[in-house]
Amino acid sequence: MQNLLQVNNLVGGYGREMVIKDVSFMIKKGEFVGIIGPNGSGKSTLLRLMSRVLVPGHGGVIFSGRDIARMGLKDLACQVAFVSQDTAINFSFSVEEIVLMGRIPHLKRLQSEVRKDFDIAERALSLTDTLGIRKKDIDGISAGERQRVIIAKALAQEPALLLLDEPTSHLDIGHQVQILDLLKKLNRRDDLTIVMVLHDLNLASEYCSRIILLDEGKIFKDGTPDEVLTYQNIESVYKTIVIVNRNPLSSKTYVMLVSREK
Amino acid sequence: MNKRWKVKFLFLFLILLFAVVLGLTRGAVNLSLSELFLKANSYVLVLRSLRILTAIVVGMGLSVAGIALQAILRNPLAEPYLLGTSSGAGLCAVLALVLGVSSVFIPLAAFIGAVLTMILVYSLARQGSRIGAQSLILSGVIVSVALSAIIVFLISISTNEVLHGALWWLWGSMQAYDFKLLIAAGSIVVLGILAVFVLAQDLNAISLGEEEAVHLGIDSESLKKILFFVTSLITAALVSICGIIGFVGLIIPHIVRLLVGPNHRILIPSSCILGAAFMVFCDMLSRTLFAPMEIPIGVITAIIGAPIFIILLKRKQSVK
Repeated sequence: MQNLLQVNNLVGGYGREMVIKDVSFMIKKGEFVGIIGPNGSGKSTLLRLMSRVLVPGHGGVIFSGRDIARMGLKDLACQVAFVSQDTAINFSFSVEEIVLMGRIPHLKRLQSEVRKDFDIAERALSLTDTLGIRKKDIDGISAGERQRVIIAKALAQEPALLLLDEPTSHLDIGHQVQILDLLKKLNRRDDLTIVMVLHDLNLASEYCSRIILLDEGKIFKDGTPDEVLTYQNIESVYKTIVIVNRNPLSSKTYVMLVSREK
Repeated sequence: MNKRWKVKFLFLFLILLFAVVLGLTRGAVNLSLSELFLKANSYVLVLRSLRILTAIVVGMGLSVAGIALQAILRNPLAEPYLLGTSSGAGLCAVLALVLGVSSVFIPLAAFIGAVLTMILVYSLARQGSRIGAQSLILSGVIVSVALSAIIVFLISISTNEVLHGALWWLWGSMQAYDFKLLIAAGSIVVLGILAVFVLAQDLNAISLGEEEAVHLGIDSESLKKILFFVTSLITAALVSICGIIGFVGLIIPHIVRLLVGPNHRILIPSSCILGAAFMVFCDMLSRTLFAPMEIPIGVITAIIGAPIFIILLKRKQSVK
């Protein structure tokens, strides 16, 4: 398997404050990577540096052998798509219009969508199970549907790499599982590489093939869920006592909280 | 363009046509279309055509500037006068009136005032290499309030004659006294509109959020800067020919969004047509309601615009 993305000695943040302090790792094609860590550990900042929303103070991100700082924004957007926690959309666009916007990086200025673009958008709608609501306004659908639409828009970009920043944090457990199952399906079937920031350790363990645990802007541990989610690692990073067990059905690592008050 | 859009487009065109016919035939003297083209009435035809042309340019410019600002500032209440340009233009125009500068130079004074204010607001809002939507609105409003205070001060210490001129100017008029001026300002406005239209997809993308736009390959920072300058120049050109006409840049985009949806590729041309029709219609009213007296057009746009907007808004809410 080849390297799709390479993060080299990355340092960066907002203004003079460097949130990410010397982070390096590689992502292979077809991986499903979870980034976890406590609040303020730099998870979202790392993702924003990887998608060129933020400019690194030092080091760089290499995508398919090219430094993303030297790639055109549109060029990058044809390869890397991003799904954020919450998308505040200004006007009531229809679901279909939002998904078609995923084609923007592939279109030239003033160029209209052609048959091919509509087909790709249609496929994205059907993959995310949103064909039935395509004509509805984006502000007239539920939070779970909305997040599926945003993912459909990202898929319409035909990316090789999908970055997600806590895509399920505003959803109930039913919708959480629905979204993550969808991502798993895309990862397995279409070999889509996924890097996702998650708060929920058990969801990360259940779905990701590899987990990067961040602490204070540095990588604390990088490996399989079993290697990363040990009670020692979690206690030293999150400063909380936990019990690590296994999910009886999937036999994946499962983290249980322990309250201090009786 | 799909079929549904074409039908709506045609409908808007018919409204514009209707407004133009009304604007040509109604006035201090009502003339039928056939009378209008008689040789004896040719000066009326020329005068009214000029006013209609001005109204069309103004309606298109205000609507498109409003659309662009509502998108980049991510604020549905944004309008061309929000960012202080018009107050700057107003101040320089009133200053010129007070100083007794020949009226020929007043549009130029207004234009210069608008451009200077644009630069001031921009430098106040800038934070390093970035320019935030919120800080742009804040500095625009602050500059606007400060300059308006100076305008009121100047008017309060000046003679009645100046006062009347200033009032006209501050509430707007379609009186096109100079064809060359109209051409000059009109060219700036039309070029500005074309620039915004070319960026229609970028405006769609930024409606999803500034970072979302970056993820779709759109440089939001440059987009905001370019459109701040383009809309300010459109506003400066408009204010210099017709004074300050409020409300149009706010309500036309909203009304057209209710008609054709928020996609900027259809919203921009549709708003051009409806904005033009609305201004032609309001100008006709300003000339005829109390003929031979003329009411400042800004008064008409506000009085007609507000209820229309409220009706459409309520209807939209009840549909949901």
